[in-house]
Amino acid sequence: MTDATAGQPAARPRREKTSLLTQDGRTKRRNAAETRFKIYGIIAISIGLLFLMGMLITIISNGSRAFTQTFITMEVTLDEAVLDKNGNRDLADIRRVSTFGYAPLINAALENKVQDLGIETLLEDGAAMRAIMSASAAAQLRDYVLSNPDQIGETVEFQFLASSRVDGYLKGRVTRESIARDRNISSAHLLLIDDLMEQGTVERSFNLGFITGTDASESRPEQAGIGASMIGSFFMMLVVLALSLPIGVAASIYLEEFAPKNLFTDFIEVNISNLAAVPSIVFGILGLAVFIQFAHLPQSAPIVGGLVLTLMTLPTIIISTRASLKAVPPSIRDAALGVGASKMQSVFHHVLPLAMPGILTGTIIGLAQALGETAPLLLIGMVGFIASEYPDGFVGGFLDPNSAMPAQIFEWAKRADPAYYERAWGGIIVLLVFLMTMNLIAIILRRRFERRW
Amino acid sequence: MNDMRLLERDVDTNDIKIAARDVQVYYGDTHAIKDVNVDIADNTVTAFIGPSGCGKTTFLRCMNRMNDTIDIARVEGVIKIDDEDIYDKNVDPVQLRAKVGMVFQKPNPFPKSIYDNVAYGPKIHGLAKNKAELDDIVENALRRGAIWDEVKDRLQEPGTGLSGGQQQRLCIARAVATEPEVLLMDEPCSALDPIATAQIEELIDELRQNYSVVIVTHSMQQAARVSQKTAFFHLGNLVEYGSTGDIFTNPQDPRTESYITGRIG
Ligand SMILES: Nc1ncnc2c1ncn2[C@@H]1O[C@H](COP(=O)(O)OP(=O)(O)OP(=O)(O)O)[C@@H](O)[C@H]1O
Ligand SMILES: [Mg+2]
Repeated sequence: MTDATAGQPAARPRREKTSLLTQDGRTKRRNAAETRFKIYGIIAISIGLLFLMGMLITIISNGSRAFTQTFITMEVTLDEAVLDKNGNRDLADIRRVSTFGYAPLINAALENKVQDLGIETLLEDGAAMRAIMSASAAAQLRDYVLSNPDQIGETVEFQFLASSRVDGYLKGRVTRESIARDRNISSAHLLLIDDLMEQGTVERSFNLGFITGTDASESRPEQAGIGASMIGSFFMMLVVLALSLPIGVAASIYLEEFAPKNLFTDFIEVNISNLAAVPSIVFGILGLAVFIQFAHLPQSAPIVGGLVLTLMTLPTIIISTRASLKAVPPSIRDAALGVGASKMQSVFHHVLPLAMPGILTGTIIGLAQALGETAPLLLIGMVGFIASEYPDGFVGGFLDPNSAMPAQIFEWAKRADPAYYERAWGGIIVLLVFLMTMNLIAIILRRRFERRW
Repeated sequence: MNDMRLLERDVDTNDIKIAARDVQVYYGDTHAIKDVNVDIADNTVTAFIGPSGCGKTTFLRCMNRMNDTIDIARVEGVIKIDDEDIYDKNVDPVQLRAKVGMVFQKPNPFPKSIYDNVAYGPKIHGLAKNKAELDDIVENALRRGAIWDEVKDRLQEPGTGLSGGQQQRLCIARAVATEPEVLLMDEPCSALDPIATAQIEELIDELRQNYSVVIVTHSMQQAARVSQKTAFFHLGNLVEYGSTGDIFTNPQDPRTESYITGRIG
């Protein structure tokens, strides 16, 4: 043991003896630096929270109004002379009466209502008053009659949507000044609404139609809902999940665990990172060229949207999967190989389960990104079409033209009517709820699958 | 050192299990193993000793081709097991590793239950026909790993929750559960107390009846206690190889002498 000590450097002067109870200068400076750093951190987090709060407050205050709607309740007499002239309840005959045919019934019902309640109004008849009602009222009445033909001749109570101007008046968006040059509504209508509201005929309540409904024409914002585009988004996400998860995970496992490390795999690796940085609109025009113009898939269909978003999501999934595979300690692979497992067994029995939380988190984050993506959908026509109908069955869900939530929001925000602007904010709330739910699922999955080693 | 015990020990058979000729290992540009020639006998415990970083682990990993998993590692020369070249292109390293088990220097239990840790090898090699047989294999392996009493009531708890020494014994149990013909043990007792060490040494001696065991150790006493043959490595060279008694009582090379008397390393 003698030569072990021979080569040691010359002994340095001893440290001075100090008390543990008093802090020396170095310790004080170190502690001060630490405190300063903590303060910076807290300031940074506070700024972040402030922005988040501001965003949430704006969104909720602007968007929450879209979830309520003004309804007018009244009794309509389903006049047999108008609806079924032959009196034989033959559906084919009843169908011949168009929505125009139903308008007089509504006019009459309105007149009756106003008279019954004893309200004085400057408007001479029901036809003039009908501006307070949504144009959708006649269609709603007709749908009811077609599905309940036996009710013809009876008087039935209905809850109709009020027109978007009336709705805006109740929400404070429309005022007497702002309608001065509006040909759709006059201050006489607003007076009538004031009176009807006192009597409880007009009221604002929760509007399920906004969540389940379909888009409506430019002139009927009160009727528009985000439901159909939610379905469109759902089917797109199914496509993205079904394609990008297996392809992405298989590609990453191969690249990370099996592929030889050479120039070619380096090249692939660099390009995957590049793909992740490609603007999404590029994927959109690629999808237009390849899937629609070349492969002749239906335009505006969720299957095309899903394929385009898959291209976009793949790099995200591959990068996060590879990162989580890399994070599995190599000793686990050695252990498996050491007991005679094959490469594939070591990956699938030991490495993959450990990487699972990371892979799932990456996938869900990729999906959430895809769910909120708008630009590529513009290029494949998922906004050009107004989704005013639900897709027809499960297969139709993929192939029928539809919109998607972010594209629908974009479409609404673009329209002139401020009532649509309000709906765009409401749509954003729905979208955010979906995104938050997905992130929550990601967190829960991560917690569940997480194992220590 | 207990010279009396060493001298009376001899090697049971002279069958050669592993024969290495001119083995070179490179890690990139680092030449980690230089010209190693060694014949490892069957039914024998062979100890590898030498200072840290001299290449004991590297050479051990050549014998079950674990170095294949390191991209930069390159192995040259010939290593034969039962006269078959294990680096032949027809050899499947997976099959080789089922034959040549390994206990790693750092304990590396799977992040699974204690039971699954041991049962995994037998399961993938189809050693058990049913659950009862598998249970038997697991119990037997854990007993031989001198850990059964400590874990028999917690077989379903994660193997990673055990103490360092317990993990080391679990890994030994895992390695013997697959019934290898050769067992490579890289410092299997580095984290064990004297009692557990004695139990493992007993196991090694018992394994010698049927297998060939190679053990890397930093403890001269352990090498002297359990092995019949000892190889001394220094800076990637196999300096001296012979019967344990000769190496410890009558070393031929001055480097061996200074190492076993504690002057280098
Ligand atoms: N994966 C690796 N990559 C590069 N060099 C390595 C690698 N593994 C080992 N080496 C080098 O090879 C040499 C031998 O290492 P090895 O692990 O075989 O030593 P050892 O004898 O087992 O030491 P110890 O007793 O400390 O475990 C060392 O110089 C080490 O730096
Ligand atoms: Mg080592």
